[in-house]
Amino acid sequence: MIPAAFEYHRPSDIAGALSVLAEHGDEARVLAGGHSLIPMMKLRMADVPHLIDLQDIADLKGITIDGDTVTLGAMTTQHELIADEALFAACPIIREAALQIADPQVRYMGTIGGNVANGDPGNDMPGLMQCLDARFTLVGADGTRSVAARDFYESAYMTERDDEEILTQITFSATGAGYAYEKQKRKIGDYATAACAALITKDGDKVATAAIAMTNLSDIPVLSEAAAAALVGTSCDADAVKAAVAAALEDIDPTEDNRGPVAFKMHVAGIIISRAITRAWSGA
Amino acid sequence: MKDEVTREERVTNLKGLGCSRKRVEDARFTQGKGNYVDDINLPGMLTGDFVRSPYAHARIKSINTDAAMALDGVIAVLTAKDLEPLGLHWMPTLAGDKQMVLADGKVLFQGQEVAFVVAKDRYIASDAVELVEVDYEELPVIVDPFKSMQSDVVLREDLDPKAPGAHGPRKHHNHIFTWEVGDEDGTNAVIDDADIVAEESMYYHRTHPCPLEPCGAVASMDKVNGKLTLWGTFQAPHVVRTVASLLSGIEEHNIRVVSPDIGGGFGNKVGVYPGYVCSIVASIVTGVPVKWVEDRMENLMSTAFARDYWMKGKISATKEGKITGLHCHVTADHGAFDACADPTKFPAGFMNICTGSYDIPIAYLGVDGVYTNKAPGGVSYRCSFRVTEAVYFIERMIEVLAIEMNMDAAELRRINFIKKEQFPYNSALGWEYDSGDYHTAWDKALKAVDYEGLRKEQAERVAAFKAGETRSIMGIGLSFFTEIVGAGPVKNCDILGMGMFDSCEIRIHPTGSAVARLGTISQGQGHATTFAQILASEIGISADSITIEEGDTDTAPYGLGTYGSRSTPVAGAAAAMVGRKIRAKAQMIAAYLLEVHDDDVEFDVDRFVVKGAPERFKTMSEIAYAAYNQAIPGLEPGLEAVSYYDPPNMTYPFGAYVCVMDIDVDTGVPTINRFCALDDCGTRINPMVIEGQVHGGLTEALAVALGQEIAYDDMGNCKTGTLMDFFLPTAWEVPNYETDFTVTPSPHHPIGAKGVGESPHVGGVPCFSNAVQEAFRPFGNRHTNMPHDHWRIWKTANDLGMHD
Repeated sequence: MIPAAFEYHRPSDIAGALSVLAEHGDEARVLAGGHSLIPMMKLRMADVPHLIDLQDIADLKGITIDGDTVTLGAMTTQHELIADEALFAACPIIREAALQIADPQVRYMGTIGGNVANGDPGNDMPGLMQCLDARFTLVGADGTRSVAARDFYESAYMTERDDEEILTQITFSATGAGYAYEKQKRKIGDYATAACAALITKDGDKVATAAIAMTNLSDIPVLSEAAAAALVGTSCDADAVKAAVAAALEDIDPTEDNRGPVAFKMHVAGIIISRAITRAWSGA
Repeated sequence: MKDEVTREERVTNLKGLGCSRKRVEDARFTQGKGNYVDDINLPGMLTGDFVRSPYAHARIKSINTDAAMALDGVIAVLTAKDLEPLGLHWMPTLAGDKQMVLADGKVLFQGQEVAFVVAKDRYIASDAVELVEVDYEELPVIVDPFKSMQSDVVLREDLDPKAPGAHGPRKHHNHIFTWEVGDEDGTNAVIDDADIVAEESMYYHRTHPCPLEPCGAVASMDKVNGKLTLWGTFQAPHVVRTVASLLSGIEEHNIRVVSPDIGGGFGNKVGVYPGYVCSIVASIVTGVPVKWVEDRMENLMSTAFARDYWMKGKISATKEGKITGLHCHVTADHGAFDACADPTKFPAGFMNICTGSYDIPIAYLGVDGVYTNKAPGGVSYRCSFRVTEAVYFIERMIEVLAIEMNMDAAELRRINFIKKEQFPYNSALGWEYDSGDYHTAWDKALKAVDYEGLRKEQAERVAAFKAGETRSIMGIGLSFFTEIVGAGPVKNCDILGMGMFDSCEIRIHPTGSAVARLGTISQGQGHATTFAQILASEIGISADSITIEEGDTDTAPYGLGTYGSRSTPVAGAAAAMVGRKIRAKAQMIAAYLLEVHDDDVEFDVDRFVVKGAPERFKTMSEIAYAAYNQAIPGLEPGLEAVSYYDPPNMTYPFGAYVCVMDIDVDTGVPTINRFCALDDCGTRINPMVIEGQVHGGLTEALAVALGQEIAYDDMGNCKTGTLMDFFLPTAWEVPNYETDFTVTPSPHHPIGAKGVGESPHVGGVPCFSNAVQEAFRPFGNRHTNMPHDHWRIWKTANDLGMHD
């Protein structure tokens, strides 16, 4: 649990961080809250000769709500997300999900940017961002580009982000949809055995739109378009929920670990998805 | 002089027995001002770190340390070959076996110590560990003790397969011992003829004490004065000194062992680990201090585990439910070396307390210890020696018998409890229970939870579930336990030949304050608070004016340390006895000062008063001053004493616990709605400290019952080596505990105290487990093994067809 030697960089602006990245290529990694990277370094599973701490970069912080557009700086902590009343008004599911991430000590350090950028299938925010159809801003030496959360994840720890890019902000639209983030975990600080984010809007007494995404049930977050399709136009009755759950389960591929075997995870996933849909609908 | 202070105020100021005095230790602990092993930094100190085996069973073909030695800052890399000339490549275990300090030709478990790197700092040491090249040849791995007993694979090639072990004949090359207690033929005859027989097999899984502070040591060999000082995470510092002397040949007066503040032990810090030996050797070799502190993964994977008992039981009863006999066989997985920490004559600890709180006329216990490719250990994790296993076994057997008889398990217990008038009670397996009043405790606990009401509620819930109205079921977990603590009488309890007495020495200063030193060592139990209270009541000096010191073998009297809830029963008794010695002398001094006969003064709270004339008195402060500064005919100056206490018997704390739990059958998630713990630990020294101990013990019980385990795959890889997978509950997972008590003082302990630190763990594990299992009883469950994590609970529901 003792990391190998590394150089510590602490630039004060994005340009400074990019120049260290450019200089050291894949020998460098940016550090946000550190809850994934530092343990990996201590276990010597991540070899990071150059660590670039982003915490002094003011441009990466803050929550901005401009009309319907919500922008989260990548270095905004989970605690800040939870505490922000305007964000809660614009998109309440963020607070609900962030409160299910570990404990207050972790949330004081852990950041939204690190959570979505790391590509860890256990992280809670990526699925949620897919539900919100968020876009991630990536800044590199060649300029700035924007990638949809729904296109960002390739496989565990592998994302659209190039090694020399930094994820600087997250943008999505405010939503009044009914929402739920349901998560089953063994204990505080654990990754989900199964978790599901659901956003549902209503038109009359029918489902107008739905977005259903799952956490830690595949090697990437899974947005189930089939599950959403099974709900849209229905009154979200028991049969519709059942069909949506069945569709969602088709889209996931959990693996056995200490949390339990695949059959258990599939069963629990079904329950969690069903509860998320039901609760989101009740608030729609 | 008129006394302005009332007697009541004097009692309050004394802060003696029964006072919920705040813990004096907490001022430093809560401010981060504790002084732990890793806080010790000495000039020129080096750091050691281990190369550990990635394999559970492999032959070591070669070890190349060249690259590691070439790294700047590396001072030495020790292997078994370097220790062999000193005779220290192996060391004796507490269980009469021997254990490799550094791998000698082969490795027998994943994480085993292979080489010890000594470097200028922790970082360099860790870098060097990666540079040591070890060439392994993998060997077949055995992680199942039953397969081990059938296997041709010889795990311990160092042992003569035909020679007896430390505890008698061995049946197989992977067998360690057979230990038998009781009358097997008689028990079998009773069971064969019984009206009712219930049988069950259960596995008490392997787990780990996992103290917040892992194990470590700092060794400093002063070559000028020939003195070795060893700071370490030792629950028994005096024993470590003696063992270190015997192993190293350094005379015992030249070894000073210090246990500084210890961040939890729970049995993990009783054993002697290779890191201790290697840091001593490294300090001797280098001539400078050497520190070794393990990390969390090393702690979980290599230092002492707990439990790992496969228990098979048969219990018989009459049609009315009176138990007639009990048969228990245990296959005990001890891992690669038998490094259990038990008194010498008890290779399965006090497992023979497995008749529990019940009047069982005949019983038999047989235990077979077996080697496997798992880490060594077998410590008593927050319990007296193997008592948690024993109590879990009998409390499950009672439940299974209740199922067999279609009877209420609370009533079955009540029918079979040892009655108050039967104490002292001689159990079928050889213990003399000193005291108890089980029926009173049981009735009080059941009344507190409205047991009848709970059963009614449960029946409604079962009906609702069967009607499809809910997917949640309700469990009522019961347990009644009898602990056996305070080892122990020297006549039958020793560790490596050292009798298990304990001690207290006190020195009263002229102004009436005092320092007392004991042979025990607190790891968080609050000794500095509670031992001062015992002394305060005995001597009449306020607990606030008594400093308690433990853990430094140069100053503290010899004692066997703190584990098995023995501190209060043994060292606490020594404290009371030393207090009485002081008081006896103080009485003579007071009588002299008051110019009356010794028999004409009597002790009253904080003073001696002339009988019948309470206005004539001498306070303990006045007496202490006189003891040093007044020439008293026939008395030596000074006021100090020492007492070594060999208890005549163990003490037998007991308790009645009830847990009310909801279980979501679809997700396997349990929710604890109530947990009521009634403890009887005899005389209560500090109710607040007791409450804290009960909360802590229950929380570790919750952990073990609901998820905490050390699990291995078939290749012997430890799957639970970090706190991500090893369940350490936080405030979030823990329910609100309700506590209660009865007081049945120990008849043989000087103040009637019995010890409490481990009771809640012993009683808590079966209570949590029974709650889970009992919830499924109406749906056909008989027994399922712990840990009851989500997926195993879900599996129980699934196996019972509750997801169909």
